[in-house]
Amino acid sequence: MSVLAIIVSRLAKAALTLLAIAVLNFCLLHAAPGDPAVVLAGEAGAADEQMIAQLRERFGLDQPFGVQLWKYVSGVAMLDLGYSFRQGAPVIDLIADRLPATLLLTGVAFVISLVCGIALGVAAAARVGKPQDSLLTTFALLFYATPLYWAALMAVLVFSVWLGWLPGFGYETVGAGYTGWARVIDIAKHLVLPALTLGLFFMAVYMRMTRASMLEVSNADFVKTGRAKGLSDKVIRRRHILRNAILPVVTLAGLQAGQLIGGAVLTETVFAWPGIGRLMFESLAARDYNTILGVFLVSAAMVILFNIVTDIVYRLVDPRIGARA
Amino acid sequence: MSFWTRFRTNIGAMVGVVLLIAVIAIAVFAPLIFANDPWQMVQRPFLPPFSREDLLLGTDTLGRDVAAQLAYGARVSLLVGLVSTLVALLIGVPLGALAGFYGGLVDEGAMRFTEFFQTIPNFALAIVLVAIFEPTLSSITLAIAIVSWPPVARLVRAEVMSVRKREFVDAAMLAGLTKRRILVRQVLPNTLSPIIVMASLMVATAILLESSLSFLGLGDPNAMSWGYMIGAARTVIRSAWWLSFFPGVAIIITVLALNLIGEGLNDALNPHLSRRKGRA
Repeated sequence: MSVLAIIVSRLAKAALTLLAIAVLNFCLLHAAPGDPAVVLAGEAGAADEQMIAQLRERFGLDQPFGVQLWKYVSGVAMLDLGYSFRQGAPVIDLIADRLPATLLLTGVAFVISLVCGIALGVAAAARVGKPQDSLLTTFALLFYATPLYWAALMAVLVFSVWLGWLPGFGYETVGAGYTGWARVIDIAKHLVLPALTLGLFFMAVYMRMTRASMLEVSNADFVKTGRAKGLSDKVIRRRHILRNAILPVVTLAGLQAGQLIGGAVLTETVFAWPGIGRLMFESLAARDYNTILGVFLVSAAMVILFNIVTDIVYRLVDPRIGARA
Repeated sequence: MSFWTRFRTNIGAMVGVVLLIAVIAIAVFAPLIFANDPWQMVQRPFLPPFSREDLLLGTDTLGRDVAAQLAYGARVSLLVGLVSTLVALLIGVPLGALAGFYGGLVDEGAMRFTEFFQTIPNFALAIVLVAIFEPTLSSITLAIAIVSWPPVARLVRAEVMSVRKREFVDAAMLAGLTKRRILVRQVLPNTLSPIIVMASLMVATAILLESSLSFLGLGDPNAMSWGYMIGAARTVIRSAWWLSFFPGVAIIITVLALNLIGEGLNDALNPHLSRRKGRA
């Protein structure tokens, strides 16, 4: 299959998945306890009889179930994710406003966790059984058991409150009026703690995976051949073992993208990072279901898109994958 | 070497067992160890830890005993972790077994369904489910189960597919056993060990998920939980670090214990694998 054909088939599948999620969202809105009109209005509109009557008419809540479903799903297809009565704006606008911050945070966290995870995994595998390996493995186990939000809170406590090295919340210094590079540096400073704490858990995951994969590949015949040829350990490790060991890690990393976005809800909550995760958290307290479901749909779309991109990247990097599928 | 000998000689696994037994004991005997009701105000608020012998870990923003809260929180974590894993197994094992055993259209359908759930970001789905169905212990447990069964289904499917090709299954077929009987009595018992390993790791993940949900305010309002404690203390972290610190340590200890046990089980049940990893 050509790359183009793959992209087309993947996009078709993605569209189907998103359609299914839209239907799921619709069912959830109707399964929520209480009158759907009241549910749609959220806490903000709960008291206003007239508004609820209007809502009922506008969303056709007095019409048959099938008609309602069609209205909702076709609305989603046109990027109409409903209206947030709490925030007084269409949900899609709220999300579009917040999306860049989330993309920045998750993107940086992903790169940090993947690069550091693979580097540490390689280092541990090279010293397997030695104290350095045990130390790294123990740290990975600890990070693996640490709740994301707790790591975030402790980072704020130590690096922001006690040491005062880095800002502990927000996206940039409010009212400082930085422009150009000064603003970029300011945002980068605010990004350090959220990205590190979000990446920590995933770093542990990738490290363990890399270590196991490296040790697995190091028993392969071509490694013995390399050794017999008299290649140095370093060359074997870098050019023969790592290149083969890294594929399953990258595959796993692609699959984990969804978790990363889920984790962003927690990280953004702790750091008051103005992304869609924080938007979801704010909507929880307000019982703003339209916004919650909108963020849910968009985050699923992000995961799907990310998976398509990684899939295509592998096919370009490793031609064997295309041949097998 | 028998399973038990291998498991017993694994230091990590034994540390995990000891830690887990301690956590279970504290959860079970919480009312005997701590006289204070975790919801009751017993002292002035914000009492620092280690300042009074009867309130070892201090008091929270409402003057409640933090140590007692931790003990009662252990109950919620363990209960939700265990039950949600059982429910996830109840969904994932039959689905994976049917897909792997019958193949064809059944397999196709079941795997599409599983894939769909795997694509959805699972923490986001859990948030949506709990938010819509109101946070109660049962809705939280169910939500966690719903987001954690897909890996089980995939694992069981793969195991069943490989066991199905073995000779004893052909023998059972020739002996005239019904397909259902072969699946339930012959094939499934042979897939048990990887399921057990996965289940022990799933309890750990479920505990992390539950604590994350209650941290966001999606905990059962009638159950004291570790995540809720941290969430409630989040805004006072500058003045009262211990309110966030201790529940986090409790979560780490419990999750770590379960992960260590899971790895120990894995190594003990698949001895050749662990040797390949260079650990034996």
